[in-house]
Order: sequence, then structure tokens, then C-alpha cells
Amino acid sequence: MKVAIASGKGGTGKTTIATSLALSWDEVTLLDCDVEGPNAHLLLHPEIERSAQVTVPVPRLREEDCNYCGACADFCRSHALAVVPGKWMIFDQLCHACGGCSLVCPTRAIYEVDRRIGEVRFGHAGSIRFVQGELDAGEAHPIPVIEDVLKEVDDRVDVIIDSPPGTNCSMIEVAKAADVVLLVTEPTPFGLHDLTLAVEALKGINRPAAILVNRADWGTGEVHQYATREGIPVVLEIPHLLAVAEGYARSRPLVESAPDLRQDLVALRDTLVRTIRERAA
Amino acid sequence: MKICVTAASEGINAPMDARFARAPFMILVDSETGDVQTFANEAVSAGHGAGTQASQTVSRLGAEVLLTAHCGPKAFEVLAAAGVKVFGIGGGTVSEAVAAWKAGKLEQLENCDAAAGWAG
Repeated sequence: MKVAIASGKGGTGKTTIATSLALSWDEVTLLDCDVEGPNAHLLLHPEIERSAQVTVPVPRLREEDCNYCGACADFCRSHALAVVPGKWMIFDQLCHACGGCSLVCPTRAIYEVDRRIGEVRFGHAGSIRFVQGELDAGEAHPIPVIEDVLKEVDDRVDVIIDSPPGTNCSMIEVAKAADVVLLVTEPTPFGLHDLTLAVEALKGINRPAAILVNRADWGTGEVHQYATREGIPVVLEIPHLLAVAEGYARSRPLVESAPDLRQDLVALRDTLVRTIRERAA
Repeated sequence: MKICVTAASEGINAPMDARFARAPFMILVDSETGDVQTFANEAVSAGHGAGTQASQTVSRLGAEVLLTAHCGPKAFEVLAAAGVKVFGIGGGTVSEAVAAWKAGKLEQLENCDAAAGWAG
């Protein structure tokens, strides 16, 4: 089973839940796809064994072959290329690496080079296989890094994917790779607002969702009412526990700070499998 | 000489738009003949790269001078390569801007003065 841990809102506990699920299940790969701020390693303390660069192809010019016709710049929807009389300019960070400029160049003056935009790291935390992607500072396009991390999805074991926050392209990319999306939220008007956005986004890609309410003894009952209306199961509620907050502040996973929760996290696996089956039926 | 002014609406009496690449119109004024042409700025709806797109438009229109309030780093690089001189002016109408430039009251920008993606 592949489960993406997502939320519309930041700070609801995605990484806290993802890491403790990994620690509670057998034979697990954890993919940290929050590539603009990966931090699952702070709770899992993995040993990193190797890393690989993430690169994208970007255009370069053989000046002697260019007649400055501007066909490449006209084609470029990202406006990463500018051609003015006698000068060809590329702004790498705007480039979406589509390769179109080199195809439309009538004099074949454009070639491509690989440019680094991030890194994927591989390791283990105990028996958990750990893969983390990180986008380099200042880079604008996280998707190629996420794609490289998602190549590590292994159908033979359970895969837990820590998703980026929000409901943008990055989150959708991760959700599309999963069998089910576990939405971590909190029972506050803020949690509900962003949960609604996430649920709507998931409808667009037809992925089953389940809701985990974190800090469940706070706030209002609106999240539950919303879940009932939308027919989305609330699969687990975790109370706000001081021990968990204290542990978190010391990089200790939730399941170690509150060992009583382990059985709930173990049972969550079967609940999620059921959610996928019910949705498919 | 052709002068390009970023504007919020059409024509010589239009108010200036402080943004360069996100201004809805570019007004092209011929400083010798006084001829005025209005062009819709296609870069206004660009997701990213509005600066590079708008700068190329200014170059293709044949302008040698750009009057605008602020200019980002990529736009400035393209304008510099195209030989377009950028003069800063904060407000008023297009005709007032051109008059101020003609009178030598405007300062030429030597560097970009806005962050990438700045849109006022």
C-alpha cells in the first residue's frame, strides 16, 4: 500500500504522523517528498548511505550557429529565453526544461546541459528504508526532485510518503503516486478551511481520502461535520498530549513519547487498506 | 527617437503604471514627430518571466528609452543587452513623463531597483 500523508494546512502534524506510522508498521519505505523543507530525518535519525543529484536539462547556445531570429524565445512559454539583436540570453531558473527551444531552432544552435537543482538522499533508520529529496535554495521548480524521490516507490512493501503542505502541484504530484491520501488536520476553523481545499484538490484526481484529526480535543466539531457531509472517514483521532509536544521539541517521535498510541497506528494500516477497498467497490 | 512609457490605460494622457512588466499598456512616443502608439502588454498575464517577455517587446518596438518606475533584475539585463536606456519616474501621465525626460529631469537607472517578481 502507498499512503501519502498530506494536509492543506502546514503544521498539522504530517511529518509527526508519517514518521510514527513508519516506526509502527513492518517493512516500510518512507519517502520525504516535502522537498522544500524536508524534516522527517529530524524524527527518524536515519543513516544516509548515498545521495544522487537531481538535474534538469537547460539550453545553451553555439553562438556561431545562431542568427538571432528569436524563434526559441517566441516558443518559450516560461519566458526563460530572451533574444535581442546580437544577444541570446537564458534565465535558468525560469526554464521548465521542456526542450522546445532546441527543437524549434532553425539553425540547430541550441544544445542542452544538465543543471543541478537538488539532491535525493538514501539511507535507513533501523529497518525503515528512508529516501529524502531536497530542492536547492533559490530553485523554483520542486517537481523534478519529487519525481526522482517517487521513483523509489516499491510495490512489495508499504510506502509512506510525507507530502509537501498546501494544495499545489507538489502535493498533487505526491497524491497521484498514492493509493490513499491520509489528510492530517486539526479541529479548528483554520484546519477545516485548508482541509476543504485539500479534499477538493483530491476530487480532481480521484484519490480516496481519509482524515486523521490531530490535537483532537481542541477546537470545534466542524471538521467532523464536514467529514460526515463529504463521506470521508475519520480514521484516527490523536489528543493533544504534552508528552508528545515535549518529545517533538527533542526530536523524539510521537510513538516513543506516547507508546499507548502504537496500537492505534498499527491498526490504522488495516483501516486504510479497507478505505481503499471500499472506495474501489 | 522612440520612447516607451508603461501606462495604466491607452493614449498620451494615460496615467503611468509604476510596474514595468505588469503594466497593462506600453505607450510608444516618437520624440521628434510626437507620434503616439498604444500597445497592450502581453506579459501582463505571464505566470513567470513577465520581465524578460516585456523587455523583448520594448526592444522589438524599436524603443531606445524606457520610462517606468521600477525594473527587476532579469528585465534590466535584457533591456541593457538590447541597448534600451531605462529612466525612473514615479508617477504622472505619459505626456508629463516624456516632457520630464526631454527636459533632462529624469535619472537613468544604472541597475535594477526591484526584486524579481515585484509587481507593486
